[in-house]
Amino acid sequence: MTLELRNVTKRVGVDMHIHDTSLTLASSGFNILLGATNAGKTTLIKIMAGLERPTSGEIWFNGQNVTGLSPQKRNISLVHQFFVNYPSMNVSDNIASPLRVAGVSRKEIERRVGEAAELLRLTPYLKRRPSELSGGQQQRTALARAIVKDSGLVLLDEPLANLDYKLREELRDQLPDLFAGRGAIVVYATSEPSEALMLGGHTATVMAGQVTQFGPTGTLYRQPRDAATAQVFSDPPINITRALKAGNEIAIGETRFAAHGPISDRPDGVYTLGIRPHFVTSTRQSPDAAEVSGVVQVTELTGAESIAHFEMGGDVWVAQSSGVHAYDVGARHSFYVDTGGCLYFDGDGRLVA
Amino acid sequence: MARITLDTLRHSYMPNPEGPEDYALKEIDLDWEDGGAYALLGPSGCGKSTLLNIVSGLLTPSEGRILFDGQDVTTLPPVQRNIAQVFQFPVIYDTMTVYDNLAFPLRNRGVAETAVDARVREIAVMLELDDMLGRRAAGLTPDAKQKISMGRGLVRDDVNVIMFDEPLTVIDPHLKWKLRSKLKELHHKVRATMIYVTHDQTEALTFADKVVVMDDGVVVQIGTPVELFERPAHTFVGHFIGSPGMNIMPCTVDSGRAIVDSVPVATDNSADGATGRTEVGVRPEFVAFADTGVPARVVRVADTGRHRVVEARVAGAKVHVVVGDGVSVPDGGAFLAFAPAMTRIYSDGWLVGGAH
Repeated sequence: MTLELRNVTKRVGVDMHIHDTSLTLASSGFNILLGATNAGKTTLIKIMAGLERPTSGEIWFNGQNVTGLSPQKRNISLVHQFFVNYPSMNVSDNIASPLRVAGVSRKEIERRVGEAAELLRLTPYLKRRPSELSGGQQQRTALARAIVKDSGLVLLDEPLANLDYKLREELRDQLPDLFAGRGAIVVYATSEPSEALMLGGHTATVMAGQVTQFGPTGTLYRQPRDAATAQVFSDPPINITRALKAGNEIAIGETRFAAHGPISDRPDGVYTLGIRPHFVTSTRQSPDAAEVSGVVQVTELTGAESIAHFEMGGDVWVAQSSGVHAYDVGARHSFYVDTGGCLYFDGDGRLVA
Repeated sequence: MARITLDTLRHSYMPNPEGPEDYALKEIDLDWEDGGAYALLGPSGCGKSTLLNIVSGLLTPSEGRILFDGQDVTTLPPVQRNIAQVFQFPVIYDTMTVYDNLAFPLRNRGVAETAVDARVREIAVMLELDDMLGRRAAGLTPDAKQKISMGRGLVRDDVNVIMFDEPLTVIDPHLKWKLRSKLKELHHKVRATMIYVTHDQTEALTFADKVVVMDDGVVVQIGTPVELFERPAHTFVGHFIGSPGMNIMPCTVDSGRAIVDSVPVATDNSADGATGRTEVGVRPEFVAFADTGVPARVVRVADTGRHRVVEARVAGAKVHVVVGDGVSVPDGGAFLAFAPAMTRIYSDGWLVGGAH
């Protein structure tokens, strides 16, 4: 199965919501739309669903042009960030509703609802109404309805965003298994890079209505084509600074280190250097790490990791270290840059090394 | 500001509660020191909102007392408790200016206008609202509105406690970290007793000096972020803090030592005194693949970008292993080694030899 967007654009008034976008999505693994709030992910999903008509371009599903087809005729499932269930129906009837509409036999409905409920651990709650469920159970009900329908195209628009993070962790683990082997094309929109990485598959990074890159998730993360993609695909934000290459040496501000890897073969000059926060740590991780220092402005603890925002040469840098570290806000701390993790971009923001 | 004491507090929403399962709060004894920054952390339904409502006076507990600086306030209505609250959604007057919104709680109490002005400007600078004081609140972004809400909570310096109830819910994920750390900084400046209620570990650990972790109506641990990460007092804390959480495997005990799937495992604590259901807990960060050790089967490998999270099965339990770059992950059958100083025995969920 394939879903193709062919030169799709969306203009609302004078605003370009989606710039010329061409994408071919397949049914092997998740297709992730990764981008910040208002980047255009939901608009893309609505266009795929047929809820919005593109201003120009076409949507092809399995070799058929479906651009003008209404959502009802497209055999799709859509799950939103905000759980949508029928409040007057119990969980079982909620899950069964798309099958009833499709005229599936009662026996078959019972079997498929039972199976979906079992997968999403909803069996004990089948007779309850949505109002008697926790947020997680309500969202699992919405997901069960999407699964039971056996659609060719499953669109999940930040389905876990409103859940407790522990539940999010658990469902994120289960989701790829839930859809594996069903042959459906699954599109998953998220604003969290870590979620994209955990789900795997393919990712399209979306920024200001533009898909900056589409490819295997791990490749986009490690080899972003440009600085914009690297920025979309980094949380905490990737550190971006100006670097000067002279001979076999790279200088960022006062700090100098030896150029190694592909950058050593590039001409001397000014580059934009990007380095992800986990390569900037409060303890030395490798012997050739470059030491930098700055005044700590903000610190955060995520449980297993400590994050420090520090000011250096007019830029704010982010360091991410394993374990719990105490930083004095307002004091100068040393950090160690694992220079092997540096990405170098040219004047047009394209990755060169 | 006040020291807040919860004395053998219990609460049930049922008229005639019988067993412990009828109680939303089972038995809570704790002290919040004057001027401390505390977080109340737990999943939905753990009782943290019930506890918050008891402190604010919206709810009278079924049993026990609540004291502010030793004074019993259990039956006092909210208005007489002199507390400030910041809710999930901004509570501000849309038609008023930012300035008037911040000034409102002070003017309401008849504070002189010169004092109002000084304090409003001070708080506005702290919250970086000083360049929009003259604007109406109506057109502002959700995070600016929530900052005003926080400002209204912080502006009075005579309150006993400031309580934050999931204050970042409506904030865009990309702006959350700014407000999260802002609150911490504000606490350093105003030194008020603050209680921050959340289900988000990053918010709790970033804000609080001490975190109160709740599960199922019980306080399972009160500790610093380091203590919660390194020495969970209960398997729930280990699971809830950290991502992925602590691994928990069933074990048997033989002369003080833990045995996992027939293999003895070195632990930080002794199993002496362990009764009931015994388990070994160790975080994914402290598990490694080895040539010998506890037998495991690798099920799946997830690439998180900066490291890989391997999911394996040990004696039927799901075990995560965090693997750094350049370390190879065995296919199928494998052995696991646990760092002894970070591996502990739990009985019926509680750390054996812990304070519980």
